[in-house]
Amino acid sequence: MTDSPPWLKLAQGHMNQTAFFAHLKGEVVGFGPGRATMRLPYGPHLVGNPDTGVVHGGVITALLDHTAGAAVMAALKEPMAIATLDLRIDYMKPATPGLAIIAEVTCLKVTHEVAFARGSAYHVSADDPVAICTGAFMLMRGTPPPPPPAKD
Amino acid sequence: MDLIAQARAAGETPDLDALIQAIPYCRHLGVIARLDGHGVLLELPFAPDLVGNPMLPALHGGVIGSLLETAALAQVIYEVHASSLPKSVDISIDYLRSGRARTSFARARIAKQGRRVVNVHAEMWQEDETKPIAALRGHMLVDFSEN
Repeated sequence: MTDSPPWLKLAQGHMNQTAFFAHLKGEVVGFGPGRATMRLPYGPHLVGNPDTGVVHGGVITALLDHTAGAAVMAALKEPMAIATLDLRIDYMKPATPGLAIIAEVTCLKVTHEVAFARGSAYHVSADDPVAICTGAFMLMRGTPPPPPPAKD
Repeated sequence: MDLIAQARAAGETPDLDALIQAIPYCRHLGVIARLDGHGVLLELPFAPDLVGNPMLPALHGGVIGSLLETAALAQVIYEVHASSLPKSVDISIDYLRSGRARTSFARARIAKQGRRVVNVHAEMWQEDETKPIAALRGHMLVDFSEN
């Protein structure tokens, strides 16, 4: 990637340090252009079924929402705030307890008002997804994106 | 979950808040459950850890999705006599308004109960139930095998 604009680096920092994403202990592992990859290590705080140790569906939703938003930001030519309009998730199989979840989302199209993204969450291979997602995002042109949190 | 099986065996409705508190992810978010005249009502007190956009500040879309899905799950457990936790097949979330830094609520209703799949609709709001901040439609697989 050449000549990544400075605001794109800031956006990546923001996506990595978003309070809720940090609360889940996720990390950005790939960002731009027009795509984003995040990794969420398995942890006891993510469990939705205490009998099996499988993570809560909301964990997958949160990871995919965050990654899709990042993919859209990474596709923009200028900085602006975005907001999720809708998100559809198909759960293809239960996540495996103990394994990190990778989310990989591509921004397919940016129009003046709306951007569209599609991606999946998986453990090892994108060919064997835990879940797939499609989302639409409103673009707030003229509204700056949130600044990255101040460093401690 | 054992809590569901034990309550069903005793012919009782599972204690929904005990059930929610037994789910680590729900505790991590701070979800509280109770029954009111309409079914299961979930409450999520605001916490800085739940923020997605620090400028507004606004709740993270993933927090909203998580509360809606939990509301759907809890209502299905309450209303449908399944023997284990329902499994989400698919969900579609519409984000209607930004979630502000205040307490949120969510509840769900079953639109259609089939023999294996339940279609469920959930809504989330903050100050005014008639002004939802988000809505969910989804399908859940339900296991009736041990009933």
